[in-house]
Amino acid sequence: MLSSPTVRTSLIFVAVALISLLFADIAITASNPWRDLGNFFLGVLTPNFFSSEGLMTALLRTVAFAFVGVALGSVCGFLLSLVYRFLPVRIFCAFIRAIHELFWALIFLQFFGFHPLTGVLAIAIPYSGIFAKVYSEILDEADPEPGRLLPPGTGTIAAFLYTRIPDCWVQLRTYTAYRLECGLRSSAILGFVGLPTLGFYLESSFSQGLYSDAGAMLILFYVLIATMPLWVKPKILPVYILGAPFFLGEGLPIVWGNVERFFTEDIVPSPLRDGEGLAGLIPWFNDLMINEAMPGIWNTVILTQIALVATGILTLLAFPLISNHFGGPVRRTSGHVFLVIARSTPEYILAYILLQLWGPSMLPAVVALALHNGGIIGHLIGRQTNGIRLRPDAPTGFNRYSWELVPRVYRSFLAFLFYRWEIIMRETAILGILGIYTLGFYVDSAIQNIRFDRAMVLILITALLNIGIDALGRYIRRKLALQTMPTC
Amino acid sequence: MSGFDLSGLTASFGGERVIGPLSLTVKQGEQVALVGKSGAGKSTLIRLIHERVNRESSLVPQDLGLVNALPVFHNVFMGQLDKHTTWYNTLTLIRPFSRNRDEVRELLRALGMAEKLWLPTASLSGGQRQRVAIARALYRNAPVLLADEPISALDGPMAHLVMELLKERFQTSVIALHDVEMALKYCSRIVGIQDGQVALDESSKRLTATDITSLY
Repeated sequence: MLSSPTVRTSLIFVAVALISLLFADIAITASNPWRDLGNFFLGVLTPNFFSSEGLMTALLRTVAFAFVGVALGSVCGFLLSLVYRFLPVRIFCAFIRAIHELFWALIFLQFFGFHPLTGVLAIAIPYSGIFAKVYSEILDEADPEPGRLLPPGTGTIAAFLYTRIPDCWVQLRTYTAYRLECGLRSSAILGFVGLPTLGFYLESSFSQGLYSDAGAMLILFYVLIATMPLWVKPKILPVYILGAPFFLGEGLPIVWGNVERFFTEDIVPSPLRDGEGLAGLIPWFNDLMINEAMPGIWNTVILTQIALVATGILTLLAFPLISNHFGGPVRRTSGHVFLVIARSTPEYILAYILLQLWGPSMLPAVVALALHNGGIIGHLIGRQTNGIRLRPDAPTGFNRYSWELVPRVYRSFLAFLFYRWEIIMRETAILGILGIYTLGFYVDSAIQNIRFDRAMVLILITALLNIGIDALGRYIRRKLALQTMPTC
Repeated sequence: MSGFDLSGLTASFGGERVIGPLSLTVKQGEQVALVGKSGAGKSTLIRLIHERVNRESSLVPQDLGLVNALPVFHNVFMGQLDKHTTWYNTLTLIRPFSRNRDEVRELLRALGMAEKLWLPTASLSGGQRQRVAIARALYRNAPVLLADEPISALDGPMAHLVMELLKERFQTSVIALHDVEMALKYCSRIVGIQDGQVALDESSKRLTATDITSLY
């Protein structure tokens, strides 16, 4: 067993996570966490849908921002995917997708203010980078043979439309629909930085202790996502896309002077702005690295490694819940409900709720990341086990789990986990905005203190860290020969 | 030019030579059957010829190269994408023009599958898929036909019908066949391939089935 490379890799990651735990700040600091948690669940069980009309508006805005942002992102991403083979395009896409939606929103807020454009671009830009990568992977998978058979002199566009697109159409559509679901989650959490979507509503209900209002919002959000197959139909999609821009709200007008100031003054490193020249730049940069970037990176990495392993453990515990190989229909239905809730709730919202209830530490972040990502991978693995046919005399119970199923799905489990490694890190960084000392915390404080020059450098560092983890994840997947699927 | 004169044809797989070096001259009006054991290098030779005479040939490869998600019509129409503007082709993808519809339907009728015009290619049987690839080659209407086992999935009468059609529509052709009777009946010249070399090259009038079986 120990000689198997997949087992060895897993053990190394578990060891790293255990060592990280020694340095991590894991605690429940709230004075009465269980009462608060109880109140919150009571709120979910007694939702109040009618407290204000704000809820419906927030829901509408959430959907509108998601549609406009994802539509714009998929068009730009598609165009980029056509030139994705060029290295500069790849680097550009890796860079824009390494920066989280909320960071983009924080940047745009500084110069566009609360204009709808801020929310739309915050979704569209990182999504373009993701779409470009995945679309180009899908297009590369198309059967090349029909293209080779075309008469010479066939136009490039005609060749593309006849031999590439039809072969990939279903996959492109499935992936775009999946991204639309992600877009709804992204759009919801944009509310946490002040845009008029569900996150804003949730935060204000929570801060006033209105748990029933918050519960109503969460339930509506689940219903919205669970019923997507019913209301997102190819035929009415154009109506949504053309209509959505009219429901983004007015926001506040853009002050173009701010835009100019942001680029010509705010983001210029302060020593340069104050005329200290390059000599002043080095101490400024050292100070930034030692006091903000290094602690931020350290905490981000520690939290990511713990959350990654916690996600893995939760996945292995959760997938039997929906697997046909165990238990009856009642348990499977409740398993489905649990996994749907876990994966539909954005980790940011989960972390926010747990943080309110348990007080600030890394614990709420780990639990939130593990629940959300474990829910996603657990669902995929559980579905995969349903395709496995066991011999009629296969063992049952725990032996079936440990001897028949886990060994069969372990490789794809690891593939999914390493695929989400970078996503977990991106989220870990952003959870800093909630007060955990990861990179997002330092970005957010720099912005609060109107030191955009520092914020930009920290965002840049976060992006590079993500790109590094992405590359490492891909290296390990290749080393272990794990196949990957883009739709996760 | 519709015949061709190729020399120095070679191909290797993983460092091992599978074809040639050999030369092949085909004159206009010749219908050549490539025969030989499977693995003798017939498919490779067809591919090599195709690379050399690309512009002039209608190809039916062994794995057909159909776009499964598109209907039969579009797979056949693809044979003439070079004859129209991009706009025309894009519109055809959405809604074909009646002129092209009639042409393609006519071709499919000759192949006994006119009613399949709008079915997605993925839903067809092996023999039907093979006929779609043949229809595409016919629609392409190049001066030379290059076909690799074009009747391998067709039953007796249909195989004869297709060979008849190919003989009638293409003056010059090179067809890889494993069925010796078919080769003798529909081709004017037989080229036998053995271990990547030409082991037999004779007019079909002067050959009988037993002369060829020695190759196998």
